Amino acid sequence: MAFQNYRWGTAGIGGMFGLSMTITLFFPSFDFRSAESTWVGLDKSMSNGRTIGFSYEDPTVTGQGKPLTVILNKDPKTGATIDPPVRAYVYRPGTPFASPLNHPDNLGPTVKRLSIDKGKIDQAVKAQGAVFTINHADVNGEEWAYAENASVTRGWTVDAALSTAGDANTKYVGRGKSIYIHEGCWWCHTLLPEHTQDWQVFGTPPYLGDFNGEMPTAFGSDRKAPDILHVASRNSSREWMMMHFFNPRLVQPNSIMPRFDYLWGRVDVNGNPIDFSTWRKEYTAYRKGERPYPPEVPEYARNAEIRALIDWVLTSLK
Amino acid sequence: MLFKYLFAKNEDIPAGSATIFFGFSSILWFIVGTGLGSFNAAKLAFPDFVTGVEMFAFGHMRQVHVLAVILGWISMAFAMTMMYMTPALGNTKLWSEKLGLWTAFLWNVGLGTGLTLLWCGITSGREYSDLIWPVDLVVIFGVLLPLGINVWMTIAQRRTQGIYITNWFFGACIFMLITTFLVGNSPELFNLTGLTEAYLTFWFAHNVLGLWITPVAAGIAYYVLPKLTGNPLYSHRIGHLHFWSIIAFYSTPASHHLLSAPLPEWLKSFASVEGVLILIPAVAFVANILLTMKGRWSMFVENVETKFTITGVLLAIPLNMQGGFQQTRAINWYIHGTGWIVAHAHLALLGMSSFLEVAAVYFGLQQMMRRKLYSLALANVHYWFFIIGFCTYWISMTIAGLIQGAGKIYEVPYIDVVIAEHPYMIARWVGGTMVFTGNMIWLYNMYMTAREGTLVPKGRYAHELAYER
Repeated sequence: MAFQNYRWGTAGIGGMFGLSMTITLFFPSFDFRSAESTWVGLDKSMSNGRTIGFSYEDPTVTGQGKPLTVILNKDPKTGATIDPPVRAYVYRPGTPFASPLNHPDNLGPTVKRLSIDKGKIDQAVKAQGAVFTINHADVNGEEWAYAENASVTRGWTVDAALSTAGDANTKYVGRGKSIYIHEGCWWCHTLLPEHTQDWQVFGTPPYLGDFNGEMPTAFGSDRKAPDILHVASRNSSREWMMMHFFNPRLVQPNSIMPRFDYLWGRVDVNGNPIDFSTWRKEYTAYRKGERPYPPEVPEYARNAEIRALIDWVLTSLK
Repeated sequence: MLFKYLFAKNEDIPAGSATIFFGFSSILWFIVGTGLGSFNAAKLAFPDFVTGVEMFAFGHMRQVHVLAVILGWISMAFAMTMMYMTPALGNTKLWSEKLGLWTAFLWNVGLGTGLTLLWCGITSGREYSDLIWPVDLVVIFGVLLPLGINVWMTIAQRRTQGIYITNWFFGACIFMLITTFLVGNSPELFNLTGLTEAYLTFWFAHNVLGLWITPVAAGIAYYVLPKLTGNPLYSHRIGHLHFWSIIAFYSTPASHHLLSAPLPEWLKSFASVEGVLILIPAVAFVANILLTMKGRWSMFVENVETKFTITGVLLAIPLNMQGGFQQTRAINWYIHGTGWIVAHAHLALLGMSSFLEVAAVYFGLQQMMRRKLYSLALANVHYWFFIIGFCTYWISMTIAGLIQGAGKIYEVPYIDVVIAEHPYMIARWVGGTMVFTGNMIWLYNMYMTAREGTLVPKGRYAHELAYER
């Protein structure tokens, strides 16, 4: 039997779906490609590295293969004072480069031109490592931020940049963002203040070029907790962050945030094992009114996951 | 067990094996998904409930709940219905029962692996497309494509002149879902970044819901209800209005999820206008189904599958009224990111869609096992646990969302919103736990049906027989 083939029907589905894909994917791609990266976009993408989330270099999403963000108040090569201090992004040999450093098209046309002509980002080699920073240039009376390969333009080496900064000024920003994703913080906290009265409490909504090269953006959609895009501008206390992550009820009795004490790992800053069960017993006694003060929050070890997470919050979320 | 047929010859596998495999898998995933939902809700109400353990942290389990329900329960229930409805509507056999069994097997293995990795925090960090890209590729090429081939080939080999509306939905929605998975996951596959990634995340999230979960559920109702009532569908033409307006309108409003992100303004406006137009398929669907009930409304009380189907269709009315208007800028600024949206998402997935699938799984498992349902009483207990639990959840989250929205625009310190929401968080937990309990009763009922249900004679439908218990 020869049944109807419904050629027009199947073509109609393809045609209509194709038309909607053209409108919703192809047309906006021109807008996305023309977005010029801002300072925020450059800072986020270069401190995050190639990608956050599952990848070849970081299959467990714990922040392997990420660059280090350092704050320099001295020139690593000449030793001259830098005031105000600048941020530099240290890619040790073999660390994969951030997406815009590999594909400068992601920076937007003007920032791409500046970053290649003045910033020499095309001369960086992954196997040798490189130090990047953000510089500013004047184009037709407007100030533009662009990415600069400081290893070429200023002769900053990876080792010199790390030793000049020292541990206190080395921020594990990329690793911290990985832990933000790994722990699912973004199921409750958003990174997107809205165009309502929101901006008076949570700060300005992000600008067009604030995301170039960032992956994943992790805006979040379900806000069970405050927006944290600018949280470090409201509260920059490392001690408060420590108490709040260890047990949010220490600083905010009505908080419903989970405890993240397990991010401290097994040992504290002096290498002594952290006794969580005693801590909890003492805390329970405090909640019952049997103790006047809660127990002390242990100081985290240098390479603890919580250090990276707080570094990211205080450095990136301004 | 059905595993013995995985390596049997296709012609030796009894018809309905794939349906049964998919059917019981979907019920099990429903129990996993709602159980995790109940556990997560308890943590939102009582934050120190099971605390300080990485594997039981809220952020490790929330996405497992969402994807277990979407890809485990709902999508497997869809596959289950496709395995028996598509051949029945084409007056033919399933193209390959063996392929269907392998799809079900690989689906369980792939989803189990992907969700275990997600639970450990190994994620792409993108909402709804959280599964890492190797698992995405397994889902696309190991699960969705074989399912599509089975359905498309069965439609192509049909022995009827026309194609009934349900099969239009099945064939087109699998195609659009595969496209959505490929495009939506391209940021991970090709390291696309920035706004492109943000937009594609919600392009995926929107299209998975709009081009798969709601339209396929509607297609199922177009089959189940005429079968149960014996009335023909009120109008096949209105069904086609529904189908074509879904393709035209529902595939475009993705950016209405990101109205406060710096996306192009023309795109947001376009999305909002297209989003209101979903009222066309919605009204067409609801009217068509309710008019099909003409003269048989007593079945809404007497027949449990009809009860589930009609409840799902009635829930589609508030669903689409909310959905059409809450995404316009005039309303979205108030409720965006609040519990209202959580309530709306559960109205779509747990309300409208799940009720329709529960009916189809009840109906299909009885048909394919040739066994009458073990206990009507247990099925009714399931129904009432489900509807009361769902309504508790939906109403409490809607109120919580309105409180949160008011807190947002009046600049109330956030902690006061948390305090005000606390009673509703407890209600949400109670509601979710009721749904979970009902589902366990359902599994027991279906297991006993398989073992002890009255045999259905050839040529009869299960719902035509009287209950023996």
